[in-house]
Formats: sequence, structure tokens, C-alpha cells
Amino acid sequence: MVEVKGIKKSFGGTEVLKGVDIKVEQGDVVAILGPSGSGKTTLLRCMNFLERAQAGQLVFDGQAYDLHKVTKKEIAAIRRKTTFVFQNYNLFLNKTALQNVTEGLVIARKMPKDQARQTAEQALEKVGLSDRMDYYPSQLSGGQQQRVAIARALAAQPEIIYFDEPTSALDPELTGEVLAVMRQLAEEGMTMLVVTHEMGFARNVSSQVVFMEDGLVVESAPSKEFFQSPRSQRTQEFLRLVGQE
Amino acid sequence: MTERLWEILSDSFTKILVPGLTMTLPLTAIAFFFAMVLAVFMALAQFAGVPVLKQLSRFHIWVFRGTPLLLQLYLVFYGLPGLGVIIDPFPAAVLVFSLNEGAYCAEIVRAALEAVPAGQLEAGYCVGMSYLQTMRRIVLPQAMRTAFPSLANSLIAMMKDTSLASTITVTEMLMSTQRIIARTYEPLALYMEAGIIYLLFSTVLTKLQKLGEKRLSVYTAKESMIILPKRRPQAKWWK
Repeated sequence: MVEVKGIKKSFGGTEVLKGVDIKVEQGDVVAILGPSGSGKTTLLRCMNFLERAQAGQLVFDGQAYDLHKVTKKEIAAIRRKTTFVFQNYNLFLNKTALQNVTEGLVIARKMPKDQARQTAEQALEKVGLSDRMDYYPSQLSGGQQQRVAIARALAAQPEIIYFDEPTSALDPELTGEVLAVMRQLAEEGMTMLVVTHEMGFARNVSSQVVFMEDGLVVESAPSKEFFQSPRSQRTQEFLRLVGQE
Repeated sequence: MTERLWEILSDSFTKILVPGLTMTLPLTAIAFFFAMVLAVFMALAQFAGVPVLKQLSRFHIWVFRGTPLLLQLYLVFYGLPGLGVIIDPFPAAVLVFSLNEGAYCAEIVRAALEAVPAGQLEAGYCVGMSYLQTMRRIVLPQAMRTAFPSLANSLIAMMKDTSLASTITVTEMLMSTQRIIARTYEPLALYMEAGIIYLLFSTVLTKLQKLGEKRLSVYTAKESMIILPKRRPQAKWWK
């Protein structure tokens, strides 16, 4: 459903992505693992055009786009089918939880307000926050904020959701509540591409694992295979270090 | 104090207050309105890096921050007639105060825009909103909240600066005071009286600022810890 080929990205003189290929099929939950600085986040950001890649191709629903030359119109079209969950939530600070979800629906998608409200209420209910709809982000815990962000992503009815280290800013307890929501989405068949350091999630929830280092994909395999019989030396070392051998 | 002085003071109170209400305050309000329009426009042009408009904004700010306000008033009122442009005192004052105040406020708003986390704009993109939509609905409202105290500060400063308009024959509070002094020769008492009326005005503006800040701070953490909204009942109310 989504595929990137040969994506390259440099910041100044530093090459962060050195030609990465990645493929996500409908219903897949792909976890991208790797040490900090390996280019995981940049890859995700390039796929949603928050960063402009220098080279590479994106195939979305069978349609190919040049990641470097993609037009504003094409970006807008792709973004209608994707959503993004940020590490630091990035909820609209001047909007309540409910407004955070309705905002994009009403303003960008021109959904009637009543319908947007209903959609938003359902989405917030799904992430277990129906009693916090009128709270501003500053009145919510980190875990609650991230769940609002997930509700905001869900309400757009995307074909795929990109998660950029969604639990990295949370303490273990709050991490649990966010992972539970993500697991639920995975079970419902939502297509997800997740940059994460949560080994438990990668092992138990994701269907595919991509291991990256230094701007390249080291190993890409079905989750079970990745954890049980890693092929590359580097992957074996990584798994040993994180205690998932 | 003599009885005569009391009489002068009580007699002149309304004679100073009324020009304050009919000249000083309208001049302040009208000029500040135009200044804000100009400021937001120039701040956005710079923030978004719109070519030409950005340079024009920088140039405007450079000129109006870099020259004395009094000189700007003289130039427009006494200088422009040399080019055949004659403007009445009040409109001339509105023009100069708008342009001058706009330059200062533009810098306040620009700084506030830059203080909004970049993630807010990115989040807007990711829910499908355009740059303009996100700026209008998300970034600008947050920036205005940040800018509000500084803008209020600037407004109070300008209210007092309108006394300079007396030099281009606008009969505002200071000029009215001076006229009474010319008749009565009581500068100490009358200038103090005028000062008290200015203080009265700025006190009202300060109160308004407090009120405004309170209203705007509904989503900032400090306030939110105190007033939490009522929890909604779990049942779906629309059914």
C-alpha cells in the first residue's frame, strides 16, 4: 500500500538517509527499530513531507511520486490518507481535546460540524477519554494527550497512521495506556508504521520489523523471525543488548 | 491651599477630563486599532518570509523605530504641506501614531509567532490543514495570547504619548491643561491634576489588561489547574 524506494536525505553535510527502501502492506503493523540517530524519525517525516527528501520514490496506493519533486497538491492528496502521531503529541494547545479532533475534520475536510463532533466523540471514546473532551492539553497527562493525538489521527479515517516514538516522552505507566490503545488498533486491522524503542510492542504487536542503522536498513523481517532468528550480526548484537535475545 | 485654587481645580477637572474622553481616548483607540492591523500583517509577512512584503515591513520598522515620534508628527503636520499634502490635526495624529505603534507592535507579534512551537504547524499539516488555515486557527491565536501583555503595555504607553499630539494643535488633555494654566498661572496644581486623570485612564487600561489576560489564559497550565471543566456524563447526550 505504501512503499518508499531509495530515499535519501541530508541535513547540511550529514547524510541521514542513504537510500532506504521500506514497504507496508494493508493491515501491516511495521515497527522501525534502531539506535538513536539511525534516521528512523527522518524517514517517517520524509514520508509525510514534514521534511523534503533529496531523492527517492513514494508509491502510495499504486501511484508513484518523486519525493523530491512532489507538488503541493500531491502532498495535500497524500496527507488526506495519512496521519501522524508525534513523540511530543503536538496537540493544538489552544483547543480542547474535542476541538483538537474536530479541527482538521471541519477546517481541512469540510465535514459538517455536527458530524465532526460525533466522529470526534466516537474517536475519543475509543481511546478512553470520553470524560476529558472539554479539557485543554495543559490539563491532561502525557498519556492522555497522546491518546487524544491518536484519536485525532483516527478521526481522519486514514489508510495508514505514522507513529513517531509515541511513548518516548512518557513514564512506564503512561506508556502502558498508550500502547494498549495502539494494540487495539492493530487488532482492528489498522495499517501502522511505528518508530519505537518499545521491544515489547515490536515483538508482540507488530507484524513486521525493520531494523535501521546509520541511514540504512540493516534487516527487515516478519516480527517473529526477526526476534527468533535474526540474520545479521548487527541485529543479533542489538537484540542481545536490549535483552530480547 | 487657597479657596481660589480649589475652585480652579474643581472647575478645570471636567475641562481636562472631557478632552480626554473626546480626544485622547478616541485617538488612542483608533490609532491602536490600525496599528494592530498593520502589526499583525507585518509580523505575518516576516514570519512567512513573503518576498517584498517582508523587506517593506523591515524598512517600515527601521524607519519608525529609528526616528523620534515627535519628529514624525512634525514631518506629517508641518512638513507635508510643503508637498501640498495638508492633513487635519486629528487625522494626522491618527496616521502617525498608527504607523509608529504598528512598528513596535509588529516586533512584539513577530516574536510571539516565533515562540509558538514548530510542532503546532506540523500538526496542522498532518490533519490536512494548509499553512494559512493553521496560521489563522492555531498559530496566530496562540501568538496573540503570548503577545497580549506586551501589547497592552504598548497601548498604555501610547495613550500617554498622545499628549505629544498637542504639539500639532490637537486639543487633547495636555493642551487643554495648558490653556487653563495660561489663564490661571497655576502650573503645579493643574499639571498634577492632568497627571491624575492620565493615571485614571491607565489604571482602567491596566484593569482591562488583567481581565483580558484572565480570559485568554483558559488553556495555559497555571490557570487550568484551578478551574477544570465539569466532567461530561458518560451517556451520549445527543441520543
